[in-house]
Amino acid sequence: MTLDASESTTYDEAGPGPSRFTEVRRKGASLNADEVAVQLRGITKRFPGVVANDGIDLSVHRGEIHCLLGENGAGKTTLMRILYGLYQPDAGQILLHGEATRIPSPRAALTHHIGMVHQHFHLVPTLSVEENIILGLSEGRGPFLRPRKTRARIRALASEYGLQVDPTAKVWQLAVGQQQRVEILKALYRDADTLIMDEPTSVLTPQEVDALFHTLRALVDQGLTIIFITHKLDEVMEVSDRVTVLRKGKVIATVDTVSTSKAELARLMVGREVVFRLEKRPGQAGDEILKVRDLHALNDRGLPALRGVSFSVRSREILGIAGVSGNGQHELSEVLTGMRRATHGGATLEAQDVTNRSARAIADLGVAHVPTERIRVGTVPNMTIRENLILKRYRRRPFCRWIFLDEGAAGANACDAMERYGIAAPHDGIAAKNLSGGNIQRMLLARELSGEPHLIVAAHPTYGLDVGATEQVRQVLLDQRDRGAGILLISEDLDEILQLSDRILVLFAGEVMGILTSEEAQLEEIGLMMAGAQRQAVSS
Amino acid sequence: MEWQSWVISTGSFMLAYGTPLLLATLGEIYAERAGVLNLGIEGMMIMGAYSAFVTAYVTQNPWIGLVVAASVGAGFSLIHAFASITLRANQVVSGLALTLLGLGLSGVLGRAWGGLPLPQTLPEITVPGLSRIPILGPMLFDGHSLLIYLTLLLVPVMWFILFKTRIGITIRAVGEDPATADSLGIHVRLVRYACVAVGGLLSGVAGGYLSVAYRPAWTEGMTAGMGWIVVALTIFAFWNPIYGMIGALLFAALYHLSFRLQPWLAPELLRALPYLFAILVLVFVSRGTLQRRMGAPAALTIPYARGEE
Amino acid sequence: MAPHWLRVERRTTLPPRVVFGVSFAAIVAALLAAGIFFKAYGVSPLRAYQLIVTGALGSKVGLAETVRRTIPLLLCGVGLTVAFRALFWNIGAEGQLLVGAMAAAGVALFVPMPDLLRLPAMFVAGFAGGAFWALIPAMLKVRLGINDVISTLMLNYVAAFVMQYLIQGPWKGPTARGFAYTDKFPASATLARIPGTPIHWPTLILGVLAAVLAYIWVTRTRQGFEIRVVGENPDAARYAGISQGKVILAVMLVSGGLAGVAGVGEAAGIHRMLLAPSKLSFGYGYTAIIVAWLARRNPLAVIGTALLFGVIMAGGDVIKVSLGLPFQLVNVFNGLILFFLIGSEIFMRYKVSIRWRRA
Repeated sequence: MTLDASESTTYDEAGPGPSRFTEVRRKGASLNADEVAVQLRGITKRFPGVVANDGIDLSVHRGEIHCLLGENGAGKTTLMRILYGLYQPDAGQILLHGEATRIPSPRAALTHHIGMVHQHFHLVPTLSVEENIILGLSEGRGPFLRPRKTRARIRALASEYGLQVDPTAKVWQLAVGQQQRVEILKALYRDADTLIMDEPTSVLTPQEVDALFHTLRALVDQGLTIIFITHKLDEVMEVSDRVTVLRKGKVIATVDTVSTSKAELARLMVGREVVFRLEKRPGQAGDEILKVRDLHALNDRGLPALRGVSFSVRSREILGIAGVSGNGQHELSEVLTGMRRATHGGATLEAQDVTNRSARAIADLGVAHVPTERIRVGTVPNMTIRENLILKRYRRRPFCRWIFLDEGAAGANACDAMERYGIAAPHDGIAAKNLSGGNIQRMLLARELSGEPHLIVAAHPTYGLDVGATEQVRQVLLDQRDRGAGILLISEDLDEILQLSDRILVLFAGEVMGILTSEEAQLEEIGLMMAGAQRQAVSS
Repeated sequence: MEWQSWVISTGSFMLAYGTPLLLATLGEIYAERAGVLNLGIEGMMIMGAYSAFVTAYVTQNPWIGLVVAASVGAGFSLIHAFASITLRANQVVSGLALTLLGLGLSGVLGRAWGGLPLPQTLPEITVPGLSRIPILGPMLFDGHSLLIYLTLLLVPVMWFILFKTRIGITIRAVGEDPATADSLGIHVRLVRYACVAVGGLLSGVAGGYLSVAYRPAWTEGMTAGMGWIVVALTIFAFWNPIYGMIGALLFAALYHLSFRLQPWLAPELLRALPYLFAILVLVFVSRGTLQRRMGAPAALTIPYARGEE
Repeated sequence: MAPHWLRVERRTTLPPRVVFGVSFAAIVAALLAAGIFFKAYGVSPLRAYQLIVTGALGSKVGLAETVRRTIPLLLCGVGLTVAFRALFWNIGAEGQLLVGAMAAAGVALFVPMPDLLRLPAMFVAGFAGGAFWALIPAMLKVRLGINDVISTLMLNYVAAFVMQYLIQGPWKGPTARGFAYTDKFPASATLARIPGTPIHWPTLILGVLAAVLAYIWVTRTRQGFEIRVVGENPDAARYAGISQGKVILAVMLVSGGLAGVAGVGEAAGIHRMLLAPSKLSFGYGYTAIIVAWLARRNPLAVIGTALLFGVIMAGGDVIKVSLGLPFQLVNVFNGLILFFLIGSEIFMRYKVSIRWRRA
């Protein structure tokens, strides 16, 4: 990055302006800016049926924050896994500081001082922080450990980079933001000078994201190089020096962040003008369908997950539940669909009490559930599409006569569903596990929406889907809303919540921080609520 | 002095009978901590018993017999390891197959050795001085074989290794989250193989102890289901060597007590008690345990393959 | 992981011919491995196998012995396929068989009733006894989450000791040469046999019927659907509102009941009295596990696999008598088969082929 670029700044209308980081960045990065820390030449990687990386050239300068931008399936994570030694490229070269290097395993990557912070943390929950940090290292004298020395070094690193955490705590006891710090410390402890971060902000609140970016800044000041995988344009604009856009396994462009805009990046990422063409008619909410009163519930560890949640959902409206994962959303979706016990309080569905009734009873009352973990919970992977589609209605006619299942009826249902929702598969006898993520979600929707449900509980419905599938799912939800259903939408994607919801409820630590209409909602206010820093006097 | 002789005999039996239970339990704890369930303990124990007896008979040296038993147990367990770890087969069935194989093999090979007396058994020790302490003396220090004391010493060592050393952290990581361990360069399969082999080794020694010290002889099927009790004891121990020791000794003591009650209860029903007791222990322990803190290693019985979700 | 000249791909479909082919190859491999043992005893493996086949299937006596062993394997095996489908590892078929035998013996010897009713009552009692014994570990798992492998296993030993107690204590009949057993069952309590053979054909018919009904139950009924969902993905079952507990109780009722019926067959058909556990059952409950596994949890296929293991068991007797080899060899053989079976399953998940040219 040369000094010339520092004079011009590009603004785009929709996003935030140049952040306070940009100034500092320009000053710090002028030293050794042209030394290339990592260079990938012609990297190609094939998996059965798909070319994940196709002749990728990438060069990352030392001391910069370089973003890898692309949609799901663009090949970003695959590329970084190659760099980290988890995969081997079918063709191409890796050069570290100018020297061609082979990286056959993560262990080798670490000896080359490349560290990776994964999206789903690679931490062992039952071990302590320090045990996780030294896991895999030849630490100590022979078989014996040196706890004090280890702890001291961890504490030194932590204070140097502002990553406070208690070394003796067990990882399962830590909050997600703290766990991420442990991940970073792990890499730093191993003298990493290049850090790969895979979608690090997907589990953080806006305030925690700020803290993370601060940390990244501190790391870069010390000469570290950071490669940052993301699909969020805001982050790219805020924190990176340069950005490489990947699409379908190929490099589309590498640009200096200051000389580009969100719109341009989005175009490069998707290959077309991205406008979420959703027909959203203004909400005409009807009668109250679901009323939740003072709901309490425990999570899987036996700790309180919901602490007195109260709200209501009306027909023809979408209530978006905003909040970082782990604040009770998952438990809320399970309690409302009969998969988890409420320890206190209750819920009524159209004047019928549904508190702690069975999943089957609640489903029979017209509640559809698109679960958080769509494959693991929502499907039986080894069963066929046809069987998965009748997973909930197999007990009733026409799928069941007396005690026998009616194959013909199931088959007809499957044909109809596949056509209506565009599930791409040769026939309905294919096992569900062979379907792509998008098709699985289509199958789920076909099943859940088939009975004209009154209430739809949709948890992370577009997570991990490509743009086309995402658009389709969102439109389906809006159509259902217009048909008359009430929808409880849980999502980590704030954009999605803002786009689709009529009202927004923010959940933090199991409590309702506030309920806003979509007109009132301000991103910053929601962010503060998500972090527990602000609470609204609850009205509805 | 009636109750005194009760206490002494119970305590003495507790150590003698508890030792093979404890040895095998320690081994299985390590195997399961690494994520591999080995139901072939019975097979490994009986192969250990057989090989120890034959070796001791031929070489006139029971200690060599134990060494051979250890090797046989370890080697045998590697079959299960190969099936479960490399081929990623169902661990329950693989363990059962191992037991079948062990029982069958030992039965086939051991035909000629039944009923033979073993001239040289493991020496019994009477600790001078300590064995004079009233009650505790004869209970703990009189007439026990050296192996018993060695086993008891092994307990804190194995505890230390598991919880306070780098190897222990590695083992526990492999059993809880093999994907993470793999990403940090740990050879998950190697660690699992090693732990299964340790389990086999100790089970072999446990079986060897039975045929060479406890009741020096060879009989077909002489382990009589002890291997299955070990499986239950491992759970009772919450996969912790210290609790494993408590469990094994407790179990042995109660088993002996059940014999003492013989005048009042039919012998066959008494012989059923240990197995009932194992179930009762599990029932008792299942209530109110925080799975997270003290539960089974998360990846137990789940085969690991890199890159497979 | 794999050497570069080997191409390993995940399978997306599993055609029946692959299943059959892989299982067949596994058995052949086991036969080869066991052949080593025969060699070690100085016997040609080919001769040994030839003897087994002709001994077990070639003569009327041999065939009868084979079928006699097939009957309990069939009943227990069908029950186990159903239990395994719900992922309940019922290792306790042996104990359930014994309890069924005890229940039937109790009805045969001690309950006064009209002669015509006695046999049906014995079957009902046997089914109920086996089911009861199976429901204990089922309840323990459903209510308290207790490991099914251990609880079913422990109960095997308990059942054996209880039976031992009964025949040496309260139910003791005339004792001869130190063996204990009960009185002979009255004529109304004995099962008809094919003349000249030990084959108690009513139980055989029940077995075949059970296989067919179980197959229909699992693949075509509502409850069968629930069983399959629970076995394939318990999380999805919970999500779909299927009660895992009810499913487990149902399959264990059937599984234990069928094993109990096998026990009735042994007691009333073969021995016509109750005797020592190891004489009543030759480990049928354990061998049935392999029978069920080889049948890939398909109740209909159990008809074939039970017969196969009937041949193996009868063959074991043949080679014991004519070649002087120990009967425990059968255990070795079964263990080997089981190992090769589960070892071969990797070929059902992956397609392995040779890469002839460098990739």
